[in-house]
Amino acid sequence: MEFIQSIDWMQLLRCFVVGGLICIVGQVLIDKTKLTPARILVVFVTLGAVLGGLGIYKYVIDFAGCGATVPLTGFGANLAKGAIEAVKENGLLGAFIGGVKASAGGIAAAVFFGYLASLISKPKMKKQ
Amino acid sequence: MDPIETQQQYSDYVDKKSPNSPILKNCFNAFWVGGLICSIGQIIFDFCKYKQMDVTASNTVVSIVLIGIAAFLTGLNIFNKIGKFAGAGSLIPITGFANSIVSPAIEYKSEGYVMGVGGKMFTVAGPVLVFGISASVIIGIIATLFA
Repeated sequence: MEFIQSIDWMQLLRCFVVGGLICIVGQVLIDKTKLTPARILVVFVTLGAVLGGLGIYKYVIDFAGCGATVPLTGFGANLAKGAIEAVKENGLLGAFIGGVKASAGGIAAAVFFGYLASLISKPKMKKQ
Repeated sequence: MDPIETQQQYSDYVDKKSPNSPILKNCFNAFWVGGLICSIGQIIFDFCKYKQMDVTASNTVVSIVLIGIAAFLTGLNIFNKIGKFAGAGSLIPITGFANSIVSPAIEYKSEGYVMGVGGKMFTVAGPVLVFGISASVIIGIIATLFA
């Protein structure tokens, strides 16, 4: 198939390694600190937004592709990138529009599929 | 045993009593599962590019597809098993964000569709959005000052 030939295997390897390393950072935080998963998610998104705002995260994305955009740091960086780009177009108004606009697809998908999944599945009773 | 008086002593006591989590094994599992999820994303991304979509649209498609898969697997109770095995490997990718929305949505179904599903959906994702979006607004305001 033509598509399989078009895959850049080195890119895929960099994606695997960087994505995995970002997850290791999360795992160390889980094991070595008393942070709850919710706090870890917040830390990753906020950190990603700050790194994105400073223009550092862009280089990680250039290097690792989805290895950088799929972890939640990428979600944060995308929020920041959207805000900065919208500011260039709309000024201060862009600060309020850009972030959510850039990540609207992910947020809407999570809400919609979440609702859908709750319709089709039954809550699991915890085994005593 | 000495009586526990300070918080620090209690904290040390808990550390001593609680089983050591095998951190190396956890990190290894987190690494390869997390890497694998990102790689699945990369293949979806490459497919979008192959179909001549632009980078922004491709990234959005990757997020939506991964979130959809994670929501579906959470509904089938498969994702929670992956999560127990992989820890941060499935939590840190966008799949963890989806799981954090779907899990309480299913769990609180008995409390009704509006306040149960609709309300409890955001117990974990809410804070993520609050801090993420607030950070983006602040960054936007700072960007305005430098523009």
